[in-house]
Amino acid sequence: MAIAPPTSPIHVGVLALQGDFEEHALMLRAAGAMATEVRTLDQLNAVDGLVIPGGESTTIARLLIAFDLMEPLRARIAAGLPVWGTCAGAILLAARVPGLDRPSVGGLDMTVERNAFGTQVDSFETDLAIEGLEGDPFHAVFIRAPVITEVGPGVETLAALEDGRIVAARDGQLMATCFHPEITADARLHALFVSLVREAVREGQPA
Amino acid sequence: MTTDGSNGTPQSGPTGGDNGHAAAGGETATWRVKAGLAQMLKGGVIMDVTTAQEAKIAEEAGAVSVMALERVPSDIRKDGGVARMSAVEKLVEIQEAVTIPVMAKARIGHFVEAQILDALGIDYIDESEVLTPADDQNHIDKSGFRAPFVCGCRDLGEALRRIAEGAAMIRTKGEAGTGDIVEAVRHMRQLWGGIRSLQNMADDELPTAAKNLQAPLDLVREVKQLGRLPVVNFSAGGVATPADAALMMQLGAEGVFVGSGIFKSDNPPAVAEAIVKAVTHYEDPTILADVSRGLGDPMRGQSVASIPVEAQLAGRGN
Repeated sequence: MAIAPPTSPIHVGVLALQGDFEEHALMLRAAGAMATEVRTLDQLNAVDGLVIPGGESTTIARLLIAFDLMEPLRARIAAGLPVWGTCAGAILLAARVPGLDRPSVGGLDMTVERNAFGTQVDSFETDLAIEGLEGDPFHAVFIRAPVITEVGPGVETLAALEDGRIVAARDGQLMATCFHPEITADARLHALFVSLVREAVREGQPA
Repeated sequence: MTTDGSNGTPQSGPTGGDNGHAAAGGETATWRVKAGLAQMLKGGVIMDVTTAQEAKIAEEAGAVSVMALERVPSDIRKDGGVARMSAVEKLVEIQEAVTIPVMAKARIGHFVEAQILDALGIDYIDESEVLTPADDQNHIDKSGFRAPFVCGCRDLGEALRRIAEGAAMIRTKGEAGTGDIVEAVRHMRQLWGGIRSLQNMADDELPTAAKNLQAPLDLVREVKQLGRLPVVNFSAGGVATPADAALMMQLGAEGVFVGSGIFKSDNPPAVAEAIVKAVTHYEDPTILADVSRGLGDPMRGQSVASIPVEAQLAGRGN
């Protein structure tokens, strides 16, 4: 990976196999990053951080395998690549996903339950307090969303619903949200992730 | 739409938010969650299925959603008779068979079929010209339902009329059940041509444009500003090969519906998987060549030019 001087833009990729990757790219640019679409190994190798967008987790998992991206992505995560998964992306980042018919990418020590609220008629929006975000509550949109049923030691809960179910978590450079900040006008979580990537790039540089 | 679901598009209807599941403590059936599911389907393939077994094949191949219907369009065309909403037990069987969203078709104007689909928790309702219309004057008022709706269009005016009625997703119609891509191409070009022509207009020309399009002025203004529809747009009606699917993506579709093209081909699992891959890599001819190998014969199809205009489905509902 090329070492960026401090002034160069942070390069965040958005996995673009399927889903709302364009919305993420727009928000990342609004948060000051250089955002590109990732469909190939070369594109994956060029980024400093990666967003796995909303979409269908079964579809994205198959395409990761079919286009030989699954193992390289796992290797980069193991080597410290910052990754943020939203909804389907959160499912794919979870170490344990009962009922997903392909192995997830994994990396984040948590268990996720898919379609935890029911079908689309149960999709909803609500305000959430999120750990580490200043100001107003975050307006969160849940679409056929999963929930995080269990987190391992060392995994920080970032947000939970009123009933206590966890909907956002972070473990070091890996972040998962069960909702879709990319389809709102609020770029605070994108800015948080960009700063996390910036930090990782800085730490990766020789002193 | 990509940054703010509230810009001038119809808000959720009178019942929106009133059916909320207290469990989550949030507001359900909002415009943003309805249009939002379509955003999550982008870059994906929605496949027509008639049984649980076909639904599993579609999911295994990587479909983002399945469309449950009683017969695929080519069989409706061949068999004739009245085409209606799928049998309820079939729908439930398909819902239980897969974890991806399940869509189902209601007849144009048949708001009770739509009420039944809504009660079943169907993820997206397609008010579809493929079924025999129940009302030859009016479409369903879609805003009051919990489930979102997708509707067909042939041009910009038709798309905006459906959005004004509450559709949260649009698909260009094409000519279903033919395996002939010509109408899908025509409708996609007409839609984008309409959008581009609005962008070249002065603001004081938009009221006349709205009159000519027979569409609400606020939506016409929004399309000019966005340079696209305010909802996600897929292509439907005629896709039979990976190349067809990639063609529609290059022409500006955000995903594709495939009907008879999969289960009327020689090798449905292989064709389904190849079309999924082609939609992801629609701009990469090397990958398109690779996924197009070894698929056997596509559906035989029927050229649209050989079908009398009165027997074509796309003219239903306007």
